[in-house]
Amino acid sequence: MSTDTQSTDRLIIAGKEYRSRLLVGTGKYKDMDQTARAIAASGAEIVTVAVRRTNLGQNPGEPNILEVLPPDRYTILPNTAGCYDAETAVRTCRLARELLDGHKLVKLEVLGDEKTLFPDVMATLKAAEELVKDGFDVMVYTNDDPIVARELEAIGCIAVMPLAAPIGSGLGIRNPLNILTIVENAKVPVLVDAGVGTASDAAEAMELGCDGVLMNTAIAAAKDPVLMASAMRKGIEAGREAFLAGRMPAKRFASASSPIEGLFF
Amino acid sequence: MNIILNGETREVAEGTRLSELVETLALAGQRFAIEVNAELVPRSRFSEHPLSPNDRVEIIQAVGGG
Repeated sequence: MSTDTQSTDRLIIAGKEYRSRLLVGTGKYKDMDQTARAIAASGAEIVTVAVRRTNLGQNPGEPNILEVLPPDRYTILPNTAGCYDAETAVRTCRLARELLDGHKLVKLEVLGDEKTLFPDVMATLKAAEELVKDGFDVMVYTNDDPIVARELEAIGCIAVMPLAAPIGSGLGIRNPLNILTIVENAKVPVLVDAGVGTASDAAEAMELGCDGVLMNTAIAAAKDPVLMASAMRKGIEAGREAFLAGRMPAKRFASASSPIEGLFF
Repeated sequence: MNIILNGETREVAEGTRLSELVETLALAGQRFAIEVNAELVPRSRFSEHPLSPNDRVEIIQAVGGG
């Protein structure tokens, strides 16, 4: 990015500015060391974590994810992964808020089905309403439906995060036109969450005008996660620059790049 | 009396407070949060929260996830 663009282009989430438009999950890595190295290479400033039962005595020496990714260095985005109803999602967010000393930012996902991990939209709307009322800043995982995205924004979610494809599938953006419509309608940040497989998918999301991309498996399940994290960082930056630059119109036929005038033969 | 701690039955002394349970489990210095019977109990209230028989206690932490 030109120095000018780099110094002014910021992602704003819940009033806080971020340089990086890549948000990453912290699951599925080989170990904590690989997690830390991949996340450093991604340049991400916002990282998601899940909330689970504490290991009571089985593995006392095991490092905690928050020691590897300290909340004073990263914005921690606790998720409600694994929740299949509004009530457990809300409970999970309350536990996360307590865990993180009153931190209000959460990623809401209420799943509808184990095979697809598609969101249960009705339950998502219900949970979002309750969480917003309770003072949470809700970034919400949803499907690529512009009407649902509009509704979630109206409820007061601070970011809408449509899937590109099923979670962990790496299929890329299956419905770019719907993502585009969501982006065009929204006044809150739109981030593609789930489904990207490689750097060009991330770039495509950014070229569509998305404010950011959240991913986990695309990095963690790559043969070399640290190198893929770096590739994703560049893909996000390239896509963002291309979006800001404004691409040329696509044309069916050729248009010579060298002048016709001055031909000497 | 018995409580259900993270899904497993555990015997604790009658009238055990949450703060005492936390001490027994040697959780001091770790980041965790607790709910009892699906209701969050803030840290500030651990010492005044006595457990009752069959209470379902969940102690949770942050783990890697997407």
